[in-house]
Amino acid sequence: MRLPTLIGKELWERPVPMLTCLLAILLGVTALVAIRTVTVYSELAVARELDALGANVLILPKGVSLQDYYAADLHGETLPEEYVERIALSRLEGVDNLSPKLCVPATLDGRQVTLTGILPKSEFRAKAAWGGAGIFGRPIGCGAQADLPDNKPADPKALARKRVIETLGDYEALIGADVAARHGLKDGDSVELLGAKFTVLAVLPPTGSVDDARVFAHLHTVQGLSGKGEVVNVIEVVGCCKQIAAGLVDGLNGLLPEAKVVTIAQVVQTQQNVNKLMERLSLIFLAVLLAVGGAAMASTLYANVSERRKEIGTLMALGATPGLVLRLIVGKAFVLGLAGGIGGFLVGSAAAWWLGPQLANVAVRPLPSLAGLAVGIALAVTFLASLLPAWHAARLDPCICFKEV
Amino acid sequence: MLRLEAVSKTFTRRGSAVAALQPTTLEIAAGEYVAVVGPSGSGKTTLLSVLGGMLAPTSGKVVFDGRSVYDLSVRERTELRGRKIGFVFQTFNLVPYLSALENVQVPLYLSGLAPKEQRLRALAALERVGLSDRVHHKPSELSVGQQQRVALARTLANDPALILADEPTGSLDPQTREQVVDFLEEFRREGRTIVLVTHDPVLARRAQRMLPLVNGSIRAAAGAA
Repeated sequence: MRLPTLIGKELWERPVPMLTCLLAILLGVTALVAIRTVTVYSELAVARELDALGANVLILPKGVSLQDYYAADLHGETLPEEYVERIALSRLEGVDNLSPKLCVPATLDGRQVTLTGILPKSEFRAKAAWGGAGIFGRPIGCGAQADLPDNKPADPKALARKRVIETLGDYEALIGADVAARHGLKDGDSVELLGAKFTVLAVLPPTGSVDDARVFAHLHTVQGLSGKGEVVNVIEVVGCCKQIAAGLVDGLNGLLPEAKVVTIAQVVQTQQNVNKLMERLSLIFLAVLLAVGGAAMASTLYANVSERRKEIGTLMALGATPGLVLRLIVGKAFVLGLAGGIGGFLVGSAAAWWLGPQLANVAVRPLPSLAGLAVGIALAVTFLASLLPAWHAARLDPCICFKEV
Repeated sequence: MLRLEAVSKTFTRRGSAVAALQPTTLEIAAGEYVAVVGPSGSGKTTLLSVLGGMLAPTSGKVVFDGRSVYDLSVRERTELRGRKIGFVFQTFNLVPYLSALENVQVPLYLSGLAPKEQRLRALAALERVGLSDRVHHKPSELSVGQQQRVALARTLANDPALILADEPTGSLDPQTREQVVDFLEEFRREGRTIVLVTHDPVLARRAQRMLPLVNGSIRAAAGAA
């Protein structure tokens, strides 16, 4: 005989009220886990979409005003490229990607095109590594690169959407859709620009923006061929939306006082609104769990203690201390809380897996980190709910064992 | 072994005081078999509760083996009860969801014995009351007489020096009653002190001393068997 034996046998003896109680806890935890799981994946999906949309912060020369997001680099004024390095080596949090650009006019088979120099992401990583720290030395907070179930590996054509490319050779070019159609270009062809031969790495899909009329090549090659020196027209920054609001823009302004920092406010606001809504919804479910599950547990345990008065009195007559009686009731609540927490996590994860694609259009996987939260909350609720009935039981008059109850 | 020094107990009911036990002074020697008799409401159960360390008296002192019971902490008093006092209840008070064996193990568990030792001692106690073939039966699967024998085995499990019995034959048929009376006498012969409260004059006459209790007051004690 041990305490768990006493608790387990008693639970088994009176299963119905305890199952009702367990159900209340389980449903509360299920709702919490399901909504939290969908929320997390929904936030990741939104972040990924924003990442796909492109930069949400632009760094421009001081005198330039932004008229067209897609043509932010077509103004002729320049910034030192060294600014890119400053950002890359800074301690600013929330920078997911950087894309400096330099635009120069060029001719392709006798027709005018815009040749845009871009810097592949691999070079920032190298710079950050040389610096020993910097923005890519820390985990990136907004999760845009998170491991979503349907994430696909990088593709050079993603430049059309993401405006950032992983790697790009010195004499490789990416051709906008209109340019490719006009000149009949395809992957692997050769083109001559500013007197140099480039290999077509990829033909970009149409975007409906001025990018369709561009040819993209390595920034340093474009700088060299055009004789502009180490300058850029714009630095596009993919910033984490939360961090933008939390001080990334101020940080960039402080870091680059000679430049102008512009944010796409609506994008940031939309992300923040969605996140807030989901967080509030989670909190509401948490409050419902606390109220319903706790009340159900407290009333069931009260009824249980009342029903077992004579048994508890007898145990006390036989040598059970008030502390042991307290543990008997709290232990029972612990078992129910544990079962409710684990069951709620499993059912909630399954519900999220099924509901995610239907409600939020996102593929969802269970979040193991929520298991601890679910069990912790269920245990906390059941523990708090059991305290009063347990205290009541521990204070029962043992003389009740002599009475007919 | 057990001494009551001017012990009284008063309850307050709806604002008025009710004396359940008038100031009582009483001494019970080790190994004595005492029957407390009296009509319903005379204070028998109150006296038993006070003797068992479960109900603090309003005044006076209860001394058990030289120690003032109600000067001990709740924990110490509970331990004293668990180790030295055995209870026999009119309705047996077996835990319904535990088997006969587990019911007998309960006081052994509460006194801190390891599960293996609990099991051995509980089996021995059940064998003594002739129930070694019913150890895994739940109370609902046992006859009334068998239930009272399980309760007696539970009482014996911790080898108590004092046995307090509350109407131990009140729910039994004559044949089973006789078995229980025999067991109580056997316990007395082993040197245990027995205090029982009963309405049953036959059972009371088997005791060495009879204490008539009327309106919370012990009248002149009478010798019995």
